[in-house]
Amino acid sequence: MKKQDLLGLRDLSKEEILSILETAKEMKKIIESPVKKAPHLQGKTVINLFYENSTRTRMSFELASKYLGANAANITASGSSVEKGETLEDTVRNLNAMAADIIVMRHNMSGAPHFIAPMVNAHIINAGDGMHEHPTQALLDMFTMMEKKGKIEGLKVAIIGDVYHSRVVRSNIYGLLKLGATVTVGGPSTLIPKDLEQMGVKVFKTVHEAIVDADVVMGLRIQLERQKKGLFPSVREYHRFFGIDDKRLKFAKPDALVMHPGPVNRGVEFSSSVVDCDQSVINEQVTNGVAIRMAVMHLLANHNSFLGGDKQ
Amino acid sequence: MRILIKNGHIIDPANNIDEVLDILADNGKITDIGKDLSTELDGLDMQVIDATGMVVAPGLVDMHVHLREPGFEYKEDIETGTRAALMGGVTSVACMPNTKPVTDNETVIKYIIERAKEVGYANVYPVGAVSKGLEGKELSEIGEMKFAGAVAISDDGKPVYNSSLMRRAIQYADMFDMRVISHCEDLSLVDDGCMNDGFIASRLGLKGIPNSAEDVQIARDILIAEELSMGVHIAHVSTKGGVEIIRQAKARGVDVTCETCPHYFTLTDEACDGFNTLAKMNPPLRTAEDVEAIKDGLKDGTIDCIVTDHAPHHPDEKMCEFAASANGIVGLETSLGLSLRYLVKEGILTLSELIEKMSYNPSKILGISKGTLGEGKIADITIFNPDEEWTVDISKLSSKSKNSPFDGFKLLGKPQYVIVGGKIMVNQGVIL
Repeated sequence: MKKQDLLGLRDLSKEEILSILETAKEMKKIIESPVKKAPHLQGKTVINLFYENSTRTRMSFELASKYLGANAANITASGSSVEKGETLEDTVRNLNAMAADIIVMRHNMSGAPHFIAPMVNAHIINAGDGMHEHPTQALLDMFTMMEKKGKIEGLKVAIIGDVYHSRVVRSNIYGLLKLGATVTVGGPSTLIPKDLEQMGVKVFKTVHEAIVDADVVMGLRIQLERQKKGLFPSVREYHRFFGIDDKRLKFAKPDALVMHPGPVNRGVEFSSSVVDCDQSVINEQVTNGVAIRMAVMHLLANHNSFLGGDKQ
Repeated sequence: MRILIKNGHIIDPANNIDEVLDILADNGKITDIGKDLSTELDGLDMQVIDATGMVVAPGLVDMHVHLREPGFEYKEDIETGTRAALMGGVTSVACMPNTKPVTDNETVIKYIIERAKEVGYANVYPVGAVSKGLEGKELSEIGEMKFAGAVAISDDGKPVYNSSLMRRAIQYADMFDMRVISHCEDLSLVDDGCMNDGFIASRLGLKGIPNSAEDVQIARDILIAEELSMGVHIAHVSTKGGVEIIRQAKARGVDVTCETCPHYFTLTDEACDGFNTLAKMNPPLRTAEDVEAIKDGLKDGTIDCIVTDHAPHHPDEKMCEFAASANGIVGLETSLGLSLRYLVKEGILTLSELIEKMSYNPSKILGISKGTLGEGKIADITIFNPDEEWTVDISKLSSKSKNSPFDGFKLLGKPQYVIVGGKIMVNQGVIL
């Protein structure tokens, strides 16, 4: 039987996404209970293989696997494959040989998990590949929207910031469009990828136009570590023209959700007051992230499928 | 030893021949072309090839090939590269200087020529580097390389970034009757790009290379050549804008020649979807609009040559993350087949125009006496059936490397007989 991985939301159907969100609902109850331990992944081995720095996502995956009783281990590898000694392929095969059931992989090159997934038995979860996809982030974003708004269909979601380098935006576009939302993006022209409209989104050069009547306003992190070249002149200029403060937020609907994948650069993507306002669900996104990751790992390890219900 | 090729459709644009005739080669040279030669000869020491239903063309000349020797023999070498050439009907290749050591002096030129004489299956003409070590700083010893046997200069693999150096290179090479073969790529516009800038790159989260990265240097090199009233050859043209710039330059009399490769008229950047590194090369595969422009450029004569930019790579260098993967594909064995299937069969070029671009024009540009079936010329001949279908199986390629995106493609005209220097080297599709 074909092995199921989570490489991206491009590959998932609407039904599969909804199934993961349903399962995450149950998983969230475990996180919110006083005894955060359940047996779903007992005896399973989950290895985090992170080629890029990340405390949050890695911690989220690690806790998710531990809440479900897995054997969890972390590896921080540095650099890319061919250049630095052991190839990615060899590293992953090694982990597979140690009987890993799930390998959670974050890599700085787009397509890295797609390249190695066919080579191993372990289920591969893409925790972010270059600028390409970050499926669990988009799933937790949609879970949050579903929780707060009751549905995704018909929602207008505005995503603002460095769209060019963002794997979060690409995964969200795939997921949200499949579930019937409309997506608008806005950012400096130098940070919008070519022909993005062909993905089915509307692209705007000003933040006002992008967030008019939005139900969800999502800020993308200005990723300073990816911009050695200065695609915009200064952080101050970015904030002046694209930052979302209380005034700009009013262009969206009054009950619009304020979201961000984190970590937030206060005063850049959002003013501090927006980060902390009542509409902000940034902290709940983090909680939901653990729940989503629990759901994904359980479905992969125990069902080899995103459909197939759950409840152990 | 004599070879009589009977009843083949001779296509020899160099001598304006396009009809069914017999052709006779003796002692390495072409001695006779005419009707019914067989009746005048006896059978002693004579090999007869029945070319009924087949095209008989001058051996193809591929002026842009990477043979990887010296230095990168794990990918390909002169022996295997020229074997691959024969399987594609190519009897002469010009090999690029990004070897190790770099082909930037007469010693390496001589090495390549001697080695080719020792183990080569086809004629090998080395291209010397424009700059020492391909560093783009100082001119290499171009005169000495010419006298050692170089036929052109290029820093291919890399662009000549410094415009002043490019200008001096064109001037200097002109003294020795050589062209600069220019790999046009503005590295600052390429930035970190690894495939064409467009929808596919955006959706895959890969940094894109805009067309302007190629076009600005094509324009630069043409303007420099024009100002000097000298010639320049643009390598592997892939863009609509590039074709147009060259077209306009030719129209006002600039001595610019250029080449394209089969992948630029058969594939688009969609081939990269799914992170397919077999579709990764430099210049990158572009859009459908560019493909149409390349075909238009071939049709109206803007593009003079079809070459392969044959670029063998070891699997370890291709089978990895897309951005880390080496650029390039092998092409010697599929070039004729792709051209027949996607240009001639589609009515974009006639057979004669195709042979001109794959044989005669490259020879003229390099100043070598190939690409012709004239009496007295060395007998390099390629014979193929232009209607015979064959399917590409990359595991069976003669090249050491199998990095081709054309696996499974149904092409036309696999060469049946290939004659080099009057010797039959490929007989009924098999290398001897």
